[in-house]
Amino acid sequence: MVPVASAIAPYSAVFGALAVDQGMTLTELLVTSGSIYAVASQYVMLDLWVQGVPIWSVLLAVLAVNFRHVLYSAASVRWLAGFSTWQKVLAFFLLIDPQYATCEARHKRRPITPRYYFTYALCIYAVWMISNLTGAVFGQLLGDVSRFGLDLMLPMFFATLVISFRQTSGFAVILITSVAVSLISYFTIGAPWHITLGGISGILIAALRSRPAPATQGKDAQHV
Amino acid sequence: MSDTYVLILLCAVVTYIVRSGGYVLMSYFGTVNHRVEAGLNAVPIAVLSALVAPTVLNGEWPDAVALIFVCLLSLRLSMLPTIALGVVFLVLLRQYA
Repeated sequence: MVPVASAIAPYSAVFGALAVDQGMTLTELLVTSGSIYAVASQYVMLDLWVQGVPIWSVLLAVLAVNFRHVLYSAASVRWLAGFSTWQKVLAFFLLIDPQYATCEARHKRRPITPRYYFTYALCIYAVWMISNLTGAVFGQLLGDVSRFGLDLMLPMFFATLVISFRQTSGFAVILITSVAVSLISYFTIGAPWHITLGGISGILIAALRSRPAPATQGKDAQHV
Repeated sequence: MSDTYVLILLCAVVTYIVRSGGYVLMSYFGTVNHRVEAGLNAVPIAVLSALVAPTVLNGEWPDAVALIFVCLLSLRLSMLPTIALGVVFLVLLRQYA
């Protein structure tokens, strides 16, 4: 619990500081973090919101960065059996990376009870919101964050996320395809098409290369 | 309601759909085709790299060098120290190069 909380707090605090710096109001920030509750989604949303990209492509990017959660909720079928429908509805909202990882690990030893699930989730959620607010308030004292090289923090964050998936089968092929198509579209058709076209080509390549023997499928790397 | 709140709520809805979608799919179909699964596994790699790629070629050269530095670091270190070192490196490059 403590390591998870201390891993989440900095992301949340930095997001708070960055969002306020990019022109979000405190209320908008708290609504964002409270209702989306996904660090990658929020960074992408903020980044594209500032650039004034059309809503549909923001949504597509948000869908993309959080897509791994489809696999989490698919896996959760195994341990959500004891939950009522409304408990499930709430449980999905709270199904973030550390929540999933913890439940998956605990499930090997004992069943996941709603009480366990929601106590754990509530603690992480509280840490998340408090550090978010702290970051926003103290971030304003720092002034212009680009002075500290924080303007490139989002691309760096995305790049490390990509590298963290390097165990996935066909990683290099997917990466090279997406980057190449992205660059070509960026310099011909222009933004924001590079995200959609680059992304879709990488996904297609992965699907086409796939072989039916599922014995050693690539596993998602651990990250926040 | 202002545009910003509409955008925030739509993003929240999309995120929620993703988080519940796998459960819904599994309870209807039971299993997923291997190509679909491979495609799903590739989504973060493909989309995130497509998102970042232009930053490397478009910005100033210290930006590109710092991004490549971060990629190499992340092979060894966990995410937080990687990004912290990357940001420090970028500031130094911009300052002295």
